[in-house]
Amino acid sequence: MTMLPAGTERSLGLVIDLDICVGCHACVIACKGWNDAAYGAPLSDRDPYGAEPEGTFLNRVHSYEVVPEEGAAQTVHFPKSCLHCEDAPCVTVCPTGASLKRAEDGIVLVNEAACIGCGLCAWACPYGARERDPSAGVMKKCTLCVDRIYNDALPERDREPACVRTCPSNARHFGDLADPESAASRMVAAREGFDLMPDLGTRPVNKYLPPRPKDERVDVLAPLLEPVAEEPSGLLGWLDRQLGKL
Amino acid sequence: MHPAPSIILFSTLSGLGFGLLVFLGVGAIQPVGPAAAAFHGIGLGLAVAGLVSSTFHLGRPERAWRSFTQWRTSWLSREAWAAVGALLAASLFALTAVLGAPVPLLGLLSAALCLLTVLCTAMIYASIRAVPRWHHWTTPATFLLWCLGGGAILAAQTWLAAMILLAAGVLQVATWRRGDDAFAALGQTVGTATGLGARVEPLERPHTGESYLTHEMVFRVGRRHADRLRLIALLLAVVAPTFLLLLVPSHAAGLVALLCFAAGILAQRWLFFAEAEHTVGLYYGAPGGRTT
Amino acid sequence: MGHHPNLTPRVGDEVRKTTCYMCACRCGIDVHVRDGPGGGKVVTYIEGNRDHPVNRGVLCAKGSAGLMQHHSPARLRAPLRRVGERGEGRFEEITWEEALDLAASWLAPVRESDPKKLAFFTGRDQSQSFTSWWAQAFGTPNYAAHGGFCSVNMAAGGIYTLGGAFWEFGQPDWDRAKLFLLFGVAEDHDSNPIKMGIGRLKGRGGKIVGINPVRTGYNAVADDWYGITPGTDGLLVLSLIHLLLKAGRIDADYLARWTNAPVLLDGDPESPDHLLPLTGEDGEPLVIDRRTGRPAPWNGEGVRPLLTGTLDRGGHRHESAFHRIAGRYLADDYAPEAVEGRTGIPAARIRQLAGEIARAAFEDAEFVPGAWTDFRGERHEGWQARPVAMHAMRGVSAHANGFQTARAIHLLQALIGSVEAPGGFRFKPPYPKPVDAHPRPHANAVPGQPLDGPHLGYPRGPEDLLVGEDGGPKRIDKAYSWDAPLAAHGLMHMVLGNAAKGDPYGVDVVMMYMANMAWNSSMSPGRAMEALTARGEDGGYRIPKVIYSDAYASEMVAYADLILPDTTYLERHDCISLLDRPICEADAAADAIRWPVVEPGREVRGFQTALVQLGAKLGLPGFVEQDGTPAYADYADYIQNHERRPGVGPLAGWRGDGKSHGRGGPNPEQIERYKEAGGFWTSHVPEGARYMKPFNAGYQDWAVGIGLFDVPQPYLFELWSAPLRRFQLAAEGKRDPRPPEDRRAALHRQMDPLPVWWDCAEANGAEEYPLHALTQRPMAMYHSWGSQNAWLRQIHGTNPLFIPPAVAEAEGLRDGDWARVTSPHGEITVPVQVQRALNPRTVWTWNAIGKRKRAWGLDADAPEATKGFLMNHLIHELLPPKGGQRFANSDPVTGQAAWFDLRVRVEKAEARAQARPVLDPLGVPPVTGDGRPDGARREPEAEG
Ligand SMILES: Nc1nc2c(c(=O)[nH]1)N[C@H]1C(S)=C(S)[C@@H](COP(=O)(O)OP(=O)(O)OC[C@H]3O[C@@H](n4cnc5c(=O)[nH]c(N)nc54)[C@H](O)[C@@H]3O)O[C@H]1N2
Ligand SMILES: Nc1nc2c(c(=O)[nH]1)N[C@H]1C(S)=C(S)[C@@H](COP(=O)(O)OP(=O)(O)OC[C@H]3O[C@@H](n4cnc5c(=O)[nH]c(N)nc54)[C@H](O)[C@@H]3O)O[C@H]1N2
Ligand code: SF4
Ligand code: SF4
Ligand code: SF4
Ligand code: SF4
Ligand code: SF4
Ligand SMILES: [Mo]
Repeated sequence: MTMLPAGTERSLGLVIDLDICVGCHACVIACKGWNDAAYGAPLSDRDPYGAEPEGTFLNRVHSYEVVPEEGAAQTVHFPKSCLHCEDAPCVTVCPTGASLKRAEDGIVLVNEAACIGCGLCAWACPYGARERDPSAGVMKKCTLCVDRIYNDALPERDREPACVRTCPSNARHFGDLADPESAASRMVAAREGFDLMPDLGTRPVNKYLPPRPKDERVDVLAPLLEPVAEEPSGLLGWLDRQLGKL
Repeated sequence: MHPAPSIILFSTLSGLGFGLLVFLGVGAIQPVGPAAAAFHGIGLGLAVAGLVSSTFHLGRPERAWRSFTQWRTSWLSREAWAAVGALLAASLFALTAVLGAPVPLLGLLSAALCLLTVLCTAMIYASIRAVPRWHHWTTPATFLLWCLGGGAILAAQTWLAAMILLAAGVLQVATWRRGDDAFAALGQTVGTATGLGARVEPLERPHTGESYLTHEMVFRVGRRHADRLRLIALLLAVVAPTFLLLLVPSHAAGLVALLCFAAGILAQRWLFFAEAEHTVGLYYGAPGGRTT
Repeated sequence: MGHHPNLTPRVGDEVRKTTCYMCACRCGIDVHVRDGPGGGKVVTYIEGNRDHPVNRGVLCAKGSAGLMQHHSPARLRAPLRRVGERGEGRFEEITWEEALDLAASWLAPVRESDPKKLAFFTGRDQSQSFTSWWAQAFGTPNYAAHGGFCSVNMAAGGIYTLGGAFWEFGQPDWDRAKLFLLFGVAEDHDSNPIKMGIGRLKGRGGKIVGINPVRTGYNAVADDWYGITPGTDGLLVLSLIHLLLKAGRIDADYLARWTNAPVLLDGDPESPDHLLPLTGEDGEPLVIDRRTGRPAPWNGEGVRPLLTGTLDRGGHRHESAFHRIAGRYLADDYAPEAVEGRTGIPAARIRQLAGEIARAAFEDAEFVPGAWTDFRGERHEGWQARPVAMHAMRGVSAHANGFQTARAIHLLQALIGSVEAPGGFRFKPPYPKPVDAHPRPHANAVPGQPLDGPHLGYPRGPEDLLVGEDGGPKRIDKAYSWDAPLAAHGLMHMVLGNAAKGDPYGVDVVMMYMANMAWNSSMSPGRAMEALTARGEDGGYRIPKVIYSDAYASEMVAYADLILPDTTYLERHDCISLLDRPICEADAAADAIRWPVVEPGREVRGFQTALVQLGAKLGLPGFVEQDGTPAYADYADYIQNHERRPGVGPLAGWRGDGKSHGRGGPNPEQIERYKEAGGFWTSHVPEGARYMKPFNAGYQDWAVGIGLFDVPQPYLFELWSAPLRRFQLAAEGKRDPRPPEDRRAALHRQMDPLPVWWDCAEANGAEEYPLHALTQRPMAMYHSWGSQNAWLRQIHGTNPLFIPPAVAEAEGLRDGDWARVTSPHGEITVPVQVQRALNPRTVWTWNAIGKRKRAWGLDADAPEATKGFLMNHLIHELLPPKGGQRFANSDPVTGQAAWFDLRVRVEKAEARAQARPVLDPLGVPPVTGDGRPDGARREPEAEG
């Protein structure tokens, strides 16, 4: 099990558009809600109404400021869940085979029935995509909503990850990144989607689309504001002439 | 990384135990009769206590047996096999020794498996790229040297122990030095972690409270605190035992040396975890390298 | 040893479709339920309803977390009667019968003697057409919802100018806009629609410009950010107008046809109508008809108004309003160079923005084909797109110059011809709806009688004010007095203070619903608590009785005498009606219901049902039959059977025999039909009626057809506002009633018929307090009520004060340090966090995260109560004293609470364990106290 498949038939994953993620955390809670009710053990919350509430989440949204050489700082909201890496170190370190990457679609899963909760896979993941649930004692991670995307009890249009379905700004996309023709792949190609920490050799399936350039100075606009009049009477006269032409 | 007491205790105790078993196995000491029972018992006892302690940090210890299945890829699985093998060999060897008929080949096998177990343990850490301080040959090297050093003390190999401890100390200092630059050398920054470029500053964490990730991976230790602990670790694990072993040769001094050493190793192991920067920290605004 | 996960987990065994109320956005939700242990249904999972017009399947964080709200440990269990002192939180549970009898015993004498002694204010009410109807039947003039402290500037500014407003009454044309200007919005009511729209617009390659001192959320994804200095948007916008006018980059044809810019103004300085529209014999405003060069009524058949018309008559020259517009805004006062210092936006950036607006509006604007006929009878082959959309909310309206700033934005929109044009800003039914289609305000209370008309309305001039002979206010909140002439939503934030002071008079009963007035919805929680606990000379409370309805143990609960516990939103009937704030979109009229998808299992009742029953007990007209028996059993009964006008009721769908929509008699099956249809009803605006609605005969006819109004009501956008001008005339002494002497000069300035800007900084102590202090709504938290939610509170459990680097440097502050923040009104000590993308003169924090200890079912050491803090402690309903006088900290036109005019000073403080002020823990009223155990809702077989 902990052998990584030599290759996968498909590489299902997410494409996250940092240009339009508004940081609303909708995906965080939709993920919590679905996965609490579905795959494996529930996602517990310790001390839920107390001083140190702490729960298990499979998807979390950070925010950062990007400080350019020149111009105003920018804020970027940054959702992060398992990237379903091709060379997933979290899989190979697992002593029990609970951590696995599926050959058919590349989804990285934890078989919770086999997991001893040693935490090693979470250490091995460079991205912080795994959390051990303190109540169930097993490792939890993004399942890519395997129990939605193949769930024939759900209407066809709902067979997509809960986070994708809920994202109000449409910043999250789901697809087969191994298929260059998939909408997800085309989006990645068009927008120069990138990997997180590519040098670590994990080869993430999930891709991020960069924020588009911001605060660009547009200098070609000046002629548009060429004055036609300095005085009200001038403007009125000019308008009369313009309207007369209509 | 979070310095979990169970793991620190595990590796310290089992390191000592396996160390002693190595010296017994290679026949560096060959106790007989009740002494044999005592020495082998101590070695096995420490190793087993350590291994048992390590299960405390499992979420589902009752399924620990499953960790034998993945020896092809997982150092933890290999460690499980090696540990069982080592304990088996060491126990058989102990039996033969106590019965007064030690089988040297069995001893050598036991010693090899004990070292292999420690190597596997160390490789669990060394294999993790996300923790560059660990991801280096010095990790198994220091683990092995410390293991042998401890074993030598237990086996009362005065001179050898002193030599090993000094060597381990030197290697440890070098390891720390290297480790201090390891994160930077990895070249990962919050910029590469997010792909957002040169200057990226954290604004808000995903949750205002803590999480498994912040507890487990975003442990931060102050530089001055760490420096002090390093000194203490060296004093306790190297300087004090060496001094005691070489200059105050007595059983009592040997015991004190051992206790000093164990305390020093606890400090070293605490640092081993506490100082280890995980790339996850980048997402949480914990800059790579040592903090001030 | 393969792993075969259960790919078809059942998260529930039935889906029930209703409407979310984790905030006021009204998204459609699919609530998954299954059989619970007690026989009833339990909620297991909530997701968005894909067919719903508001959210089309998406949900925000709060919406998905509704499950946890529904399981909040802070849920009230039964009616409560106070047994301790106010504020102690000690209560006994009583029966509903006792509760309603008690309420009736307090209210009946009030109604019989002096109905105005009931002040009934309803907070975040989604049933205002019902609660106001109740209040009207009771006869008190003292009714309003929360709009006065929320965003009445936006509503009034829009309605007085365009006959419709931003807020949730209109929307950008997300599918056609190319440039989108967003002023002062962090989240807004259209939470999901705005996010969906932003995604769509950016997906099409459109450009978003965020104008906001803080760059988070929507402003973070904006392509261009203008980090404006708070309170100066009016200046920025007027400068844009200056540049566009100067360059002739305006839509003159649009202005001439659809706005009152061509309307002639009375040029006789002596006339009592000076600068009011000149009217013809039929009383209609006059324009010069381009076809004839002669005056003609604005709406005459085939008339082509001349934008620049003048008329010499009676020895005076009467010029079109456009002369005033050009005259005012071409002045150098509005040149970018003149405003850059104040706004913090460099002149070059202002020019860039004006250039972008001009380019998007005029350079490649398509002509969208589609036949339609305007109200003058002219047929058009389509609509000229002006793909510049704008939206603004509280960043503009929560300043004391917000009304005029909102008007300035609307003027800008109209100048470029983008209102109701493709790509611009579009109204959602029941808007457009001009001032004249709104009622006037009413306040004549007669013992034992209903009020003489609706409470809230739109004054046409000073004659509509609610003031007595002496000029004093008739309402407890002084709405529609000289202090707040256009207070179209009332002034809820003034009620408790005024009532406790007896200014203008005392009341016997304060009844409130869904407003946490003892905490985050008050400008100053401390003073609100004081007002609620103040005692008179006789030792009794100065506000003798407080009735409050909440669903949860909020801070306010502790301060009431009688609590009418509400259900959660999944347990009651609600009606999101075309009569108040429906779920319409630009292309459709729509309304919706909530219904009990699960039964409460506690002694709680929907507040509206409680009001129906209380109304019957009091014998209020409309609530009882002729014979005195209750007219309605409960709110559901009311929803189905009440008719506001013949054939028009709370719900528009499936009326009469179930086949008529909009108009028709009551249908006993109506709610069932809604349930079957997914909880909502829609009726699409016909193709040719989609744009230019105020002027589009097709739209007007359709709106009459579905009952939005009774006759077509086309109108012109009022760029030059006649109602405002009438107030000016009163200030000039040319019209009655006249304002008090000392108010005249200021009133004249404030009621300018053209948008103006004034500085709010000085009055708020800018000299000593150099920084602006703001709050923003976090997207994942709704005011105070999200903190009881175990999932949401992990995201926002504390709130730092965000400070710009310059302040951090000057004060030696680093992330996690503590600072003392002082305003003219108070002081707090709080943790700070540096933010770079922030106006250098501004600090801010997330709104309403801080909690009173032990409120909301949280432990006393919950981070919300130790490190979380409220900015409100620094605010006041009044401005700092000046010359012995204190003016309201409100917009002088509408009375809108000026939350964001706050000025502060920030200094480093010692690190602390708790934010200051540290208040005592509240007593905990009886609550369910349970919360939802981990994994409570999963199927046993799904485990493992
Ligand atoms: N500093 C600062 N203060 C502000 C603002 C700001 O921007 N800055 N914004 C202001 C604005 S615009 C507003 S609208 C107010 C909002 O402030 P509030 O109106 O106080 O809003 P909430 O805190 O959301 O909730 C009001 C009450 O409704 C109760 N409630 C929730 N659900 C139900 C229900 O189903 N039934 C009943 N009966 N009660 C329920 C909650 O428990 C809570 O006690 O805050 C204002 N305060
Ligand atoms: N998630 C969530 N949604 C909500 C609510 C909630 O509590 N939570 N509350 C609902 C309610 S009651 C309301 S009223 C709406 C309000 O919705 P918004 O209008 O979005 O309210 P605020 O969060 O107060 O945002 C005000 C914004 O204006 C900015 N601002 C302040 N002063 C100025 C200024 O002078 N100029 C400009 N350009 N910007 C300025 C602030 O930085 C902030 O971004 O949201 C509603 N939606
Ligand atoms: S739901 Fe979408 S917009 Fe919201 S935080 Fe997640 S990815 Fe970003
Ligand atoms: S992101 Fe982490 S958990 Fe997911 S596959 Fe990659 S390494 Fe494993
Ligand atoms: S925690 Fe579970 S999944 Fe992770 S490595 Fe250990 S056994 Fe494998
Ligand atoms: S794919 Fe499913 S499990 Fe993964 S983050 Fe999205 S919702 Fe969570
Ligand atoms: S925006 Fe969110 S909380 Fe508000 S109604 Fe929609 S889903 Fe519910
Ligand atoms: Mo509001």
